[in-house]
Amino acid sequence: MSAHGDALGPIGRRAFLKAGGALVVGFGLGAAPSWVRAQSAARGESAGPPDPELIDTWLAIHADNTATLYVGYVELGQGTTTALPQIAAEELDLALEQIATAQHDTHVTPNQGGTYSSASIARGGPQVRRAAAEARRALLELAAERLGAPVERLRVKNGVVTVDGTGGSVTYGELVGGRLFTVPFTGNAPVKSPSEYKLVGGRAERKDLPAKVAGTYTYIQHVRLPGMLHGRVVRPRGQRAYGAGARIVRVDPSSIAHIAGARVVRKGDFLGVVAPSEWDAIRAARELDVAWDETPTLPPFERLHETMRADETDDTVVLERGAVGDALESAAHRVTFATRCPYQAHATFAPNCALADVKADSALVIAPTQDAYGARRTLAPLLGLPEDKVRVQYCESSGTFGHSCYDDVAQAAALMSQLAGAPVRVQFMRADEHGWDPYGPAHVGEVEVAADATGKIVAYEYHGWHHNWSLIEPSQQLAEGTAPEEWPFLVSQQVSPQNCGAMYAIDNLRLVNHRLRTAKYLRCAWLRSPLDLSLSFTSEQAIDMLAHRLGEDPYEFRRRNIADERWLGVLDAAARAARWSPRPAGGARESGPLVRGRGIGLGTHLASWGGAVAEIEVNRDTGHVRVAHLYGAIDAGLVVNPAIVEAQIMGQLVQTASRMLFEEVTFDEHGVTSLDWSHYRVIRFEECPEITPVIVQRTNQPYSGAGEEVMAAAAAAIANAFFDATGVRMTEYPFTPERVRAALAAA
Amino acid sequence: MANSFRIRVNGRAHVVQAEPDTPLLYVLTNDLALKGPRFGCGLAQCGSCSVLIDGAERRSCVTPVSAAEEGEITTLEGLPAWFAAKRGLAAAPALHPVQQAMLDEQAPQCGYCYNGMIVKAAELLEQNADPSDAEIRAAMNGHLCRCGTYPRIVAAIRRAARALRAGGEPE
Repeated sequence: MSAHGDALGPIGRRAFLKAGGALVVGFGLGAAPSWVRAQSAARGESAGPPDPELIDTWLAIHADNTATLYVGYVELGQGTTTALPQIAAEELDLALEQIATAQHDTHVTPNQGGTYSSASIARGGPQVRRAAAEARRALLELAAERLGAPVERLRVKNGVVTVDGTGGSVTYGELVGGRLFTVPFTGNAPVKSPSEYKLVGGRAERKDLPAKVAGTYTYIQHVRLPGMLHGRVVRPRGQRAYGAGARIVRVDPSSIAHIAGARVVRKGDFLGVVAPSEWDAIRAARELDVAWDETPTLPPFERLHETMRADETDDTVVLERGAVGDALESAAHRVTFATRCPYQAHATFAPNCALADVKADSALVIAPTQDAYGARRTLAPLLGLPEDKVRVQYCESSGTFGHSCYDDVAQAAALMSQLAGAPVRVQFMRADEHGWDPYGPAHVGEVEVAADATGKIVAYEYHGWHHNWSLIEPSQQLAEGTAPEEWPFLVSQQVSPQNCGAMYAIDNLRLVNHRLRTAKYLRCAWLRSPLDLSLSFTSEQAIDMLAHRLGEDPYEFRRRNIADERWLGVLDAAARAARWSPRPAGGARESGPLVRGRGIGLGTHLASWGGAVAEIEVNRDTGHVRVAHLYGAIDAGLVVNPAIVEAQIMGQLVQTASRMLFEEVTFDEHGVTSLDWSHYRVIRFEECPEITPVIVQRTNQPYSGAGEEVMAAAAAAIANAFFDATGVRMTEYPFTPERVRAALAAA
Repeated sequence: MANSFRIRVNGRAHVVQAEPDTPLLYVLTNDLALKGPRFGCGLAQCGSCSVLIDGAERRSCVTPVSAAEEGEITTLEGLPAWFAAKRGLAAAPALHPVQQAMLDEQAPQCGYCYNGMIVKAAELLEQNADPSDAEIRAAMNGHLCRCGTYPRIVAAIRRAARALRAGGEPE
């Protein structure tokens, strides 16, 4: 059984492959609806990943002249299952309605490396375009033979191939419907020039939305397996230090004896309960008598940043050019700025959920993971099974915004199924998700920037303190006592040039990363635009301070210090949208408690370019900040679907307002304490700013990401607007009323 | 001990076996296999599980099944028929006007919170045919959207209200 209905067509695709792939024109898979064929069990007969150099890995053409696209990226609400088909349909000259995507599945879809870093279009787009172009080339060769005309004379519309000037025609479905291409990539299939695009660059509607508003869409939370039990994890409420895990001192299974059918499952310190009824599983998890080792493991919350700043680090120079020290010393104008930035949570709206059916020799795991192949890699050894005996299927949960608890819940379901000897569905409760999330990292930033007498920025130095990501999911760590290993040290875990000065033409620049030991702190992983908000919050305020020192307008000051046309493009686009009129940033120009300000900022996440303007109001008496309007501009190269990217910009801007004003993971020495929506506040309707999304469309540039690339800019813009309104710099976020009142009182 | 409860959901009577304190949500999702109301927090903080009980929006995650026997329960699935009955229409439309407006505005991203958003907005428009933006925001403020689609939800509710006042389908 699977989440997606593994109905087997009369003859599987692999059977055709085994039969040698002889072309039998017009043969199809009978009357099965296209979604059944799309999930043809033949594709699921053996473990993937399939060969990426075969057309069949990417595309199936059905007898009814529709197509299914197989991709290793997943729908997270960001529009992947609309935009990738747009690219494929464009190259194939299909209508968008003729092409659907199959769900990501390690027995079915290719391995494209996970839906991370806004990669679906940036990395997946070229792969899909290439595969579709290869398929088109193969289809036209078949059509040429069938129609007795050279390929050059063939035209295609909606999958119907016609010959110029004659009445001959044949459909893709008639050519290969229901069968395999069995054609490897030639490597020389021509792709369309952007000037020929009809679908790409258009505002196609999202394919997944009709079912989502009708209430017929299947989220992971809806999936059930025959004979399954409901499971809940039992853990301390709120994680401790990553390296400490959690240790059971005592557990008393008899404490849930009154709940019929409920039982305890345990492996090491991994503890859970299972029951036939979901409510019984919830009650059993609540009522199970368990004592945890309560030795304090975390630094004091109030002294987190001091602890980080003084702690042992591994230091690396990320980027160095010129002679920063000398240039800082001799510059006419020099500012220094230091910030303290919080841990923030993915806080997925739906707590993660997964199902597993683990047998002696194989396992099926259905989970909302962003990387099914990555999940398989850790699940197999955890279950003691070879990788090719573990099948991981994706099913959508709510938006995850990076690496939330989805792999943890997948492991929990797999472990519980193995321990219980039955299929198990594990639904995290709100406190599990909020409390055991791999958060976005806390950060300490120190920056020094200098300009010469003419206002040219001549020197820039940034030092950033934070720790790396936690590699081991809690379920595995608790079950096996696995050492708290860290992720490989990648660019997204470091001070990034894109947010720290590199957008400006600065001759002397030095970026230093101070990496702390993850085991002593909270779990961390990719949270949408990881580290970027903190970096730009620090860096772009310092740039603003320098403009202020020189008596210059912050937009114009930035403008004349930028040489790169793409940074200039987003800066100008955001300023133009906000009708920016030059004046120096100021300090309260209004009397009374309510003051207004505006700010501008730049930043991105690894690729693409982001610029933003914020308009905010500050109540100087109460300390309440309201973000009134955010304007966000993204240059992501060629934008495949502007409507989807505008939606992504809107989401990024609203989430940035939330993160700057409200969001902060809190903890005491025993563990995390922000375990629900009242203790981990996020933005609500009445606090939501007006949003103006702006796309800088560059049809002649490669696709780059658009899912997280304007948040850093918007974070900086909000901080700079606060200074414009009040004349005071915020050195910490979120801008809670208490923090704002304290900052204003200290000024 | 599990008891029998008789509940009316989307115009149909169901008898379910459950502990009296079982939240209605689990009965709707597990016993009745409905996809509209869905788990979000179990604490009545987010609105993911909202249903209408006698036309009033309620959080099914904290409403015991034993307290739901008296009322007429409507879930997202039943909204078009509920709307048709309210307005005296001969047949239920495929979508409630609020659902249609959410689609027209291309409002959802992940869409998980839209059960609560649509249910709450449907309740609002029965009470206030011409809500201002401020009234919409106030009415909806107890529903969270982590994707940040609030601006499009407000626009969709305005659109649905206009359509309802015009007496026709949403534009």
